[in-house]
Amino acid sequence: MSRTSKAYIVGAFEHPTRKADDKSLAQLHAEVAKGALEDAGLTKDDVDGYFCAGDVAGWDARGAGPFSIIDYMGLSLRYLDTTESWGSAYVVHVAHAMEAIAAGKCTVALITLAGRPRAEGMATGTVAAAESLTAAETQFEHPHAPTVALLYGMCAMRHMHQYGTTSEQLAWIKVAASHHAQHNPHAMLRDVVTVEEVLASPMIADPLHRLDCCVISDGGGALVVAAPEIAKSLKRPLVRVIGTGYAPKHQRGGRIDLTYSGAVWSGPAAFAEAGVTPTDVKYASIYDSFTITVLMTLEDLGFCAKGDGGKFVSDGNLISGVGKLPFNTDGGGLCNNHPSNRGGMTKVIEAVRQLRGEAHPKVQVPNCDLALAHGTGGALGSRHGSATLILERE
Amino acid sequence: MTERTIDAPHPNPETTRYWAAANERKLLLKRCEACGQPHFYPRALCPFCFSDRTAWQESSGRGTIYSFSVMRRAAVPYVLSYVTLAEGPTIMTNIVDCDPDAVRIGQPVRVVFKTSDSGQLVPMFTLDRT
Repeated sequence: MSRTSKAYIVGAFEHPTRKADDKSLAQLHAEVAKGALEDAGLTKDDVDGYFCAGDVAGWDARGAGPFSIIDYMGLSLRYLDTTESWGSAYVVHVAHAMEAIAAGKCTVALITLAGRPRAEGMATGTVAAAESLTAAETQFEHPHAPTVALLYGMCAMRHMHQYGTTSEQLAWIKVAASHHAQHNPHAMLRDVVTVEEVLASPMIADPLHRLDCCVISDGGGALVVAAPEIAKSLKRPLVRVIGTGYAPKHQRGGRIDLTYSGAVWSGPAAFAEAGVTPTDVKYASIYDSFTITVLMTLEDLGFCAKGDGGKFVSDGNLISGVGKLPFNTDGGGLCNNHPSNRGGMTKVIEAVRQLRGEAHPKVQVPNCDLALAHGTGGALGSRHGSATLILERE
Repeated sequence: MTERTIDAPHPNPETTRYWAAANERKLLLKRCEACGQPHFYPRALCPFCFSDRTAWQESSGRGTIYSFSVMRRAAVPYVLSYVTLAEGPTIMTNIVDCDPDAVRIGQPVRVVFKTSDSGQLVPMFTLDRT
């Protein structure tokens, strides 16, 4: 098992905005970069590695791509990673930053995410995405209008059929997130909700109600990952990356099984590298695009047996100070923030806050020395990537 | 009930045969002549053994609903589904010509063909009450 000090997360910053009518996309990326560097006690000139994904300003600039945002921010780099795995990308970027630092390719890695889907009026989950001109499956899927909410709804419907999971159980996930969000002044939805209120909210994509779905918000976040000698020279608590895992899952030529996610592979890989087990985890950030995403991911990561997720999340088990596994103490994507429709970044940021002891006092997990952050990118019901990080406070 | 407008598929050289067959109200899938396994969506190379000896096969058009969901936010609510064909593969489709509230996992379905906005027919499924 590898528990050597390879890299530390030294800076983390979440943009306070949730509606960025007055800011450009490039500006948001630069503002979160500045925020994370200031949090770390570093400057832009210290950055020698940059990591970004498809949300970056300039991704669509032909012949420029990521160079556009690097130019805007005025970065001088000797390492660049543009791994695009949608909402899971920023979790993967932490892993890649750790590997690049360990290989001597860079010493201070900056990771940014930003987006303004709310300002742009995007109907993220209820209208089918623009048609790909090259993806092989598009002609067999796009005519059927597979919106994101439908693709997750089908997972929930199958889980209910196969394991007896109920809408009440799914609602507990939203209830837990709302209990946490009430303490977050930046959260989009700060009202505590009940199971009954979730069930009474309008049906969006059966069996998912409106309150089973995450928010659509603007903003972003950034992380700074640094080599051990740099991390130890800074005045911040030491948050070490000790385990990483990543795996894509797809339709397997028609052998479709909607009951599990790629977390069945990314989780065990991360736990093995870290040399810990799910019962050791004090806090978990779990990507919550929809309530079903959390339920399936918890099963797949081994927090409970497959099919027992409904029981596991019930009765406040995910509420900090109440249950056994405090999750998404910032309110998560369900209540706080889902910038650029990509939730991986904010998952890592809240895990860092918990490990530093800098979460809101009402949701801070006592002696939180081991945390997990999990990202899902793409759609659980068709093709996606799952990324798991295990972080330790040293 | 007003029907949802269906965006036309864009066939490519690998799939022209599939869409030509759909216009003849036939649902095709692919079977690998090397490993014997059927797959969907159809590819030139088998996704299981990577052989390039894949052959078109006509589906019976019969299957069962593996899962489904109903888009309630659309002007006309519609049903997205994965249907497991009698031949084995599970495919993404719509369940049409029925009350969305009557759809259940496990129900038998049969293929029907619906006209997309280019005139190309697209295979979909309806509840099989026969």
